[in-house]
Amino acid sequence: MNESGLAPSALIPVPRGPVPEVPARQAVRMVDISIDGKKVFASEGSTILEAARQAGIDTPTLCFLENLTPVNVCRLCVVELEGSRVLVPACSRKVEAGMAIRTDSERVRLSRKMVLEFLASSVDLSAWPEFGGYCERYGAHPERFGKDALDHKQLVKIDNELYVRDYAKCVLCYKCVQACGVEAQFTFAIGVAGRGFDAHISTEFEIPLPESACVYCGNCIGVCPTGALMFRSEYEMRQEGRWNEAEQTKTDTICPYCGVGCDLTVHTQDGKIVKVTSPLDHSVTHGHLCIKGRFGWQFVQIQPALQDYR
Amino acid sequence: MELHLTNDRATPDEQSAVDGVLGAPKDRRVIASGNGHGAGEDALGGENRRHLLLPVLHALQARTGWLSPGALNYAAARLDVPPAEVYAVASFYDLFRLEPTPPVSLHVCDDIACKTQGADALCAQLESSLGQEGAPCMDGKATWFRSPCLGLCDQAPVALLRSAGKSPREAMVAQATAQTVLASLQNVMEDKEVPAESRPRIKEFLPQLGETQLRLLRRVGQVDPTSLREYEQTGGYAALRRAMEMGREKVVQEVVASRLLGRGGAAYPTGKKWEAVLRQLRPESVHYVVCNADESEPGTFKDRIFMKGDPFAVLEGLTIAGFAVGAKKGFLYIRGEYPESFRFMSQAVAAALGHHYLGDGILGSSFSFDVEIRRGAGAYICGEETALFNSIEGYRGEPRNKPPFPTESGLFRRPTIVNNVETLVNIPEIVLRGGAAYARIGTPQSTGYRLFCLSGHVKRPGTYEVLFGMTLRQLIELAGGVGGTGRLQAVLLGGAAGSFVSPAELDTPLTFEGVRGIGANLGSGVVMLFDDSVNLKDILARIAKFFHHESCGQCVPCRVGTIRQEEILARLTGNRTDGSTENEIALLKEVAQAMRDASICGLGQTAPNALLSAIERWRLFA
Repeated sequence: MNESGLAPSALIPVPRGPVPEVPARQAVRMVDISIDGKKVFASEGSTILEAARQAGIDTPTLCFLENLTPVNVCRLCVVELEGSRVLVPACSRKVEAGMAIRTDSERVRLSRKMVLEFLASSVDLSAWPEFGGYCERYGAHPERFGKDALDHKQLVKIDNELYVRDYAKCVLCYKCVQACGVEAQFTFAIGVAGRGFDAHISTEFEIPLPESACVYCGNCIGVCPTGALMFRSEYEMRQEGRWNEAEQTKTDTICPYCGVGCDLTVHTQDGKIVKVTSPLDHSVTHGHLCIKGRFGWQFVQIQPALQDYR
Repeated sequence: MELHLTNDRATPDEQSAVDGVLGAPKDRRVIASGNGHGAGEDALGGENRRHLLLPVLHALQARTGWLSPGALNYAAARLDVPPAEVYAVASFYDLFRLEPTPPVSLHVCDDIACKTQGADALCAQLESSLGQEGAPCMDGKATWFRSPCLGLCDQAPVALLRSAGKSPREAMVAQATAQTVLASLQNVMEDKEVPAESRPRIKEFLPQLGETQLRLLRRVGQVDPTSLREYEQTGGYAALRRAMEMGREKVVQEVVASRLLGRGGAAYPTGKKWEAVLRQLRPESVHYVVCNADESEPGTFKDRIFMKGDPFAVLEGLTIAGFAVGAKKGFLYIRGEYPESFRFMSQAVAAALGHHYLGDGILGSSFSFDVEIRRGAGAYICGEETALFNSIEGYRGEPRNKPPFPTESGLFRRPTIVNNVETLVNIPEIVLRGGAAYARIGTPQSTGYRLFCLSGHVKRPGTYEVLFGMTLRQLIELAGGVGGTGRLQAVLLGGAAGSFVSPAELDTPLTFEGVRGIGANLGSGVVMLFDDSVNLKDILARIAKFFHHESCGQCVPCRVGTIRQEEILARLTGNRTDGSTENEIALLKEVAQAMRDASICGLGQTAPNALLSAIERWRLFA
């Protein structure tokens, strides 16, 4: 944990006077590996996932996100590594010279299929865009576990104006905890509580969000892969059957609030803002925002009020 | 860090329990602000003490019988850990209660070894006299729970009693009956001792007691485990002196030469671990050694025998390990359900400190080494080495991904060796005898001595020390033969993570290579016998429940796979299969394969082993 409790980037002072010389970067060393029989030249320190993507091999992921440290808990990205007794997670395992990797062997396909079936038989994956395609690709049939399979069905938690928490959709990817904690926000409002199948995302003592340390930055929504955490605006439109991503326009802009200059992607439907995100690869935000950038756009669409000012 | 706290406040009692571990707070205002925002002690220049979270939670549980929101807030503020994380950690462990709970709790083992000795009937009797499991009983002053294996399988059935208060008490009830359990419960509530006849014993369950060929067990039951003098008089600490004369490189060479394989279950070469950590030694290095005494594999109780019967031998092994790899600090992580082991080991550490076998300048040299004892709190997974590190560090006991391995990045991300208790007790033998001589004992691939834990339907249950090479049949004969009906149905080898073997396989030599030949492993030395009166399907159901209960929940294959395998087994047993039996078995095998291949750690990877071994050997559902 950062001792000051602040994101390191916020502490970097604006340089004055002569700018010190940046030490020359060492050349990245490359290593030879093989993936699915093909020779791949990967940079040392990169992961198997990165090397596979570089080689044009699509690897399914769920708990992985480019702007967070891999936690490798979903095990959807597992690959077969020659010499390893068990499969290894592509998202976090670093390449080493001479590695021979198979991403589509029988063992890999079986584990990926089972992970999909395990998840789909216990949580609602309807809001995970890639789910259907992956099921088809790996022949997953979650109904094999029967209608009595223990699951996480529960009521949606709606206890604030800004976002809802539908833990019946939670795959426990740990990303919201990472984003709330050391990887972005340093607020620590939530953790993984309980154990085993009862493990779940929770505030302290399961208190409602408004009583917790939550600052409503919404960075947890930004990283949630399955729609368990959702803008209230999106949730309500979905409930009413009005949510239509095909009709939405995404507009990149700069947040108007402060001088940091965060990139915003404003999602609009029917001429109204329905949610705000930030690009993961943006050097300032890395996808993360604060409450103002994420939620503070209602004023834009209060038409009568604006007319009053004219 | 600025912490956001709820308005729940700790009582003076709870505060004093926490302060008992952490010392009095430097600034009372830190805690007393109570408006929801308080600066933790880090802001006042305190050091990072998160690793004291587990001891703090233990102190609170022991004082009041549960962890209240106010108490957890106080712990959070004192340790400067966000309350959501304190709650996340507290809710991980079985022995911590997060809702108001009566001060006295009774944990009755209903796991597989105790099942063979009438645990189910015992629980049924307790249910009729005390009421439902988990409900308050005895005028609201007590409650009882069914428990996974308590590690006293040789004296099954067993129960653990815990009583919270200013002077908390913990006691085991061995060879329990409803009468002795209820009497013990009454006694504990009246602050009296558990009746002597129901307390655990060592000597009676060491059938080889007094035999001269014993090496590892030679002191157990023969010397006073609280007496350092008796330990010295029986050759104790000669190995540490010898090791310090030899120098660390030579000690590690001898351990490598001994070809000792770890006795905790994974059978990894001990010398390889030591070598890897020693290789990284620089003047500024911080290395750790950890003794894994979280013995929780159902049917395993050998490490308890050492901790209660020869605690200095454990310490000597750990101290030699620390010397050999350049560590100044060792940790001993004892499972929470071993109150007596904790007491004996704590006494031993204090005595060793007092006689310069621990602390600064050991034996007048420049070598300094301290040992801290930590107690688990009811989580089988914490026996996994990286989960154990997280547990010590004050995080949830979730295993880490490997690599990096502990020898590179272990406890507090430093190079660390983790060795099981029995493994460490072998170390003085290796140092004194020489690695090459040690390697000549046993078989070429399985060197040295080995302890086995015999339980279930066996005539003389207990801990046995043998040389590698003895067959399973010979070991059972050594233990007096099959008990119960006298007709053997099955043997569970290696514990819940091991395999069942059939009477036709009794001539298998109990060596690492021998049992591998029949698709089994020695694990932690469990040999549990089941006679022909046992319904193996019930035993399998209990094993499935065990893994479901003990999965940490981190990775999908284990978190969901352990549930699905339990459900499929229940459908097969109850003849409630949706499709055909063949389909269900095929599905079970696919679940098992994914758990073995894709789980993060050994728990998920081995959770289907025992089930499948039984189903395949006896075609149980054909």
